[in-house]
Amino acid sequence: MGVNGTTPLARREARLAWGLLAPTLISVALVVILPLLAIFWISFKPVGLADLRPPAPILREAVRGSGDKLRIEYRLRNSSQDRPIADVVLTDMLPPMVDLKGDPPKPCTLSGRTLTCDFGTIEGGYNERLRIPITASDEDAAEEAAEGSDPVVTGTASSVLTDATFTLENFKRIFEGAEFWTVLGVTVFYTVFGTLGALIVGLFAAMLLNKSFKGQGILRGLYLFPYVAPVIAVAFSWLILFDPFSGSANALLVQMGVTNQAINFFGDRPLALVMVTTFEIWRYFPLSFLFILARMQSIDTEMYEAADMDGASPFQKFWYLSLPQLLGILSVLFLLRFIWTFNKFDDIFLLTGGNAGTRTLTVNVYEQAFAVSNIGAGAAVAVVIFCCLLVFSFFFFRFISQEEGL
Amino acid sequence: MRALRFGYVTGPVLGALWIFVIATTVAVTMSFVTGAPFRPSLAWSALWGVLAGAAALYGSVSAIAVAVVLGAIGIVGFGPIQSMDTGMIAAVIGHGAVGIFGLLGLRLILKECPAGALSRHEFEEAVIRFLTGFGYIFFTAIVLIPFYVMVMTSLKNQAELLQNPLDFTIDLSKGAGLFRSYVELFADFNFGTYLLNSFVISVATVVITLLFSIPGAYAVARLRFRGRASFSRSILLIYMVPMIVLALPIYIAFSMTGLRNSILGIVMIYPVTTIPVALYMLQGYFRGLPGEVEEAGLMDGLSRLAVIWKITLPLSLPALASVSLYVFMIAWNEFLLAFMLLDDPSKFTLTRGIASLNSSEIPRQHLMAGAVIATVPIMALFLGLERFMTKGLTAGSVKG
Repeated sequence: MGVNGTTPLARREARLAWGLLAPTLISVALVVILPLLAIFWISFKPVGLADLRPPAPILREAVRGSGDKLRIEYRLRNSSQDRPIADVVLTDMLPPMVDLKGDPPKPCTLSGRTLTCDFGTIEGGYNERLRIPITASDEDAAEEAAEGSDPVVTGTASSVLTDATFTLENFKRIFEGAEFWTVLGVTVFYTVFGTLGALIVGLFAAMLLNKSFKGQGILRGLYLFPYVAPVIAVAFSWLILFDPFSGSANALLVQMGVTNQAINFFGDRPLALVMVTTFEIWRYFPLSFLFILARMQSIDTEMYEAADMDGASPFQKFWYLSLPQLLGILSVLFLLRFIWTFNKFDDIFLLTGGNAGTRTLTVNVYEQAFAVSNIGAGAAVAVVIFCCLLVFSFFFFRFISQEEGL
Repeated sequence: MRALRFGYVTGPVLGALWIFVIATTVAVTMSFVTGAPFRPSLAWSALWGVLAGAAALYGSVSAIAVAVVLGAIGIVGFGPIQSMDTGMIAAVIGHGAVGIFGLLGLRLILKECPAGALSRHEFEEAVIRFLTGFGYIFFTAIVLIPFYVMVMTSLKNQAELLQNPLDFTIDLSKGAGLFRSYVELFADFNFGTYLLNSFVISVATVVITLLFSIPGAYAVARLRFRGRASFSRSILLIYMVPMIVLALPIYIAFSMTGLRNSILGIVMIYPVTTIPVALYMLQGYFRGLPGEVEEAGLMDGLSRLAVIWKITLPLSLPALASVSLYVFMIAWNEFLLAFMLLDDPSKFTLTRGIASLNSSEIPRQHLMAGAVIATVPIMALFLGLERFMTKGLTAGSVKG
């Protein structure tokens, strides 16, 4: 039977397979592929946070003055400062007790009791009053009736997200100046040391637990706590533990005579980055520990017995027997953790908000898009991240195809 | 290295290091438990450690003698830890602990080590036992301390905390009053709703994820079709897209369609972040199941879907439990999307609710009580079903 769908049976099997995969494929396409394409599109657009709503005409109606000066005032405004709105038309019903004084002013016409004003295209930042003199027997009732009937205003405007204006301004902005290189440097430091640290600490923890004794299960569960607990809970615990004014860590250090004055762990320049990296190591060593332990427990014990016969010392056994066996899982873990640490956002965002020299590329996406309200620049940073990831995945897949262990 | 390999060198060196480790551990523990000032002394630790290390080489009697001396000399004020104006009981416990654990540890570390020349094997074994002891203390400390601080802070009040940040003693006479922060969170801060929202969203995420990923995983594991290999590989690629990159367009799309600020919107997004993981984990498990049983089912005239439902799924209940737990954990702990997409306090999840407590006007025992509320359910689940959890975590080479 051919694998490539040559026989009817195989073709039916393939059809069933795609049918079973369809829900996953569709949802992934909608939530992953589509947003990725959107990010590329947006990164070339001059979009701010305020542009997410398309520009719309905004109208307010009031009855002003009295007697001879009695008038309806419409105040028409363009919600956008720089984008025009086309075909703006205002329609309003005049209440029965109100009559126009003479003909309606310029863009307006009256047919029956329906007042229609065609403004055509209004420019960005448009903000004008239109006064329509009226007469009424009972002014208070007229005011209430006129303001009671809501005028309708329509207009069409293109959103900056969908029209054909493109710009390279976003990329120019993020690459400009030394800031980008600082951010990149911080990202590299955080990623490299966070990944290596978590691997080495995880390896140490795995060696500790790679023997059976009473309470081994409990310790293994305990050492997974940092990974299992919600990031927001542990991040805030760290913040409170290391608080410069009332944190226990500072009190402890002062009491032990290590330091005389409080240390601002998450606020001082090089220290904050070290602390954030330490947090990353603390939170993710359980993951590497778990994988390394699983691999260790599957190593053949006969080999060690043979080595014992040959009189190998414990360090020799670790160096010449265990480590080569673990090299595969260590490299796969390194690549995976490298990519995920590179992608990490929550941890730094919660600990420092990207201040004190801890702004990585991912935090910069948030910073540009929401703190500076420049969605386009945020998207441009996201595109830079995505390109880095393409390079990493290339290495990952070249390697994993040889490794195929995971 | 060779010069170190004599019992009378190794013993004292490891002794000095070990006594210092124990002194620091006891000082930190006592400070955290009683709030009283204990501090380790490097010089005294080294001095007494050398003596203790040497004594531990010569049998239990001399070790016990040194342990007693260490305890006594500590109370006088010249021991490995210094305790200034602490209560007598705390002092006895502290210095006693240094003596007992110091010498007990050293006896274990230097087990079977002669006083004279050591073989390379004996020397390395001793060093490894020292490192092992240090490792247990180190890892237990770094894991427990943040959680200890979290729980204890939630039971105290701001004034007590500012007065002595190390004093985590609990005034048991307050009785139920200890849990005031928790009561206030549920009464005034809507945490009941957040807890319910989080629970509903997490369960919905698990159900939807399973509904989508089981058929997909089965197809990848069992059926032959063109593009199967590249498909199972590109599942891994999806892990590698950072959430913040997707969050931006999702935020824009949800803002424009009005799905922002709705639980429905969250339930639409969360499963998609977990489906690839679940699919990858499940297809690995399905592959390991014996194909013959399924073929027998097909022979008996069952359709493929009936085979999945009646044969494959009952066989893979452990894997389904692992995947469900893992997905539940991801959804329960998720912060970024909830933070970006939810603004309306009635729709908050727990993580989003805790984030809203992070302001200078809200005392931090409330913040920590919130953290405890979010942590306890997931920890309880995890400890209860740890076996499934660790299996689930390793099975999928899962994302973090």
